[in-house]
Amino acid sequence: MKSLAELEAIRKKAQEQISVREGNERMRIVVGMATCGIAAGARPVMNAFLEELKKRNINDVKVTMTGCIGACRLEPIVDVIDSNGKKVTYVKMTPEKAARVVAEHIVNGRVCVDYTIGAEENK
Amino acid sequence: MLNEFFLLIRDLVCQWGLIMRDISLHLMDIMQNSIRAQATEINVMLIADREKDELTVEIRDNGIGMDESLLNQVRDPFVTTRTTRKVGLGIPMLEASAERAGGKLDIKSQKSKGTTVVATFKISHIDRLPLGNIAETIMNIIAANKEIDISLHLSNKQEEFNFSISEIKKYLDGVPIDNIDVLIWIKDYINDGVKTIFGGVLNEVPG
Repeated sequence: MKSLAELEAIRKKAQEQISVREGNERMRIVVGMATCGIAAGARPVMNAFLEELKKRNINDVKVTMTGCIGACRLEPIVDVIDSNGKKVTYVKMTPEKAARVVAEHIVNGRVCVDYTIGAEENK
Repeated sequence: MLNEFFLLIRDLVCQWGLIMRDISLHLMDIMQNSIRAQATEINVMLIADREKDELTVEIRDNGIGMDESLLNQVRDPFVTTRTTRKVGLGIPMLEASAERAGGKLDIKSQKSKGTTVVATFKISHIDRLPLGNIAETIMNIIAANKEIDISLHLSNKQEEFNFSISEIKKYLDGVPIDNIDVLIWIKDYINDGVKTIFGGVLNEVPG
């Protein structure tokens, strides 16, 4: 069973880290979570991003969600936006692909070109 | 006749694959409506009554609400998708899922007060959708909407589980609720609650 004592421990750990990282959002991951995205499997994708970031102890990347952008056939769609506003759009995402995007793009800064909307449209 | 046409389209849409595989995905979708309606509070209740053989899912928000004319249209995907994107296909799909499992959908709304969506399902019905991962739905919503006060109430008529962001925040002492470690804790905590309350009550949840 998860206990509130565990939550206290998490709070303490986080409070020690906060001073280091305050106001420092290195990247933002935005998952399309409208009806079309949800039906296509967006929620497990968002969950995979969160789990993967936790596993790697990355806490300067924010995961959030947005509505329908009108490309429903390409859902689940994920935007990865860096602190300069540069955006990479990944399409037809899966939890497995999410793990690779974290390892290569988020950690090492190498875009997973084969998952991008550009690669999909050139097929 | 119009109604029959609408039912036909609704079924077609569901058969084309745009379909929610479980109740937790419907919940995600309906909660998105609340967020788009600028809700600051969303209360989710899941009640399994074995005696009545009924599972009730209620989502209550304090968003902008709907006036009577929009409320009368939300079940119709044509009208709603054309005039407003606030509701779209989510409500008709939830209604279809409830009706397929011997239940129904009820929506109450008041302009600038909020909206309450209640779906019921016959627990033992062969076409009832499984519960799915309620914890993942709530955790993902919190991750992207840390300013919304979300509460979750689970009940099997004998035991209850209650979770609310405002309670959790008391323990956090300023640590943001969207801290990843906090989010994963919330997910595990809710998962424990789901197992305790619905284990053995809903077949798909291990007891």
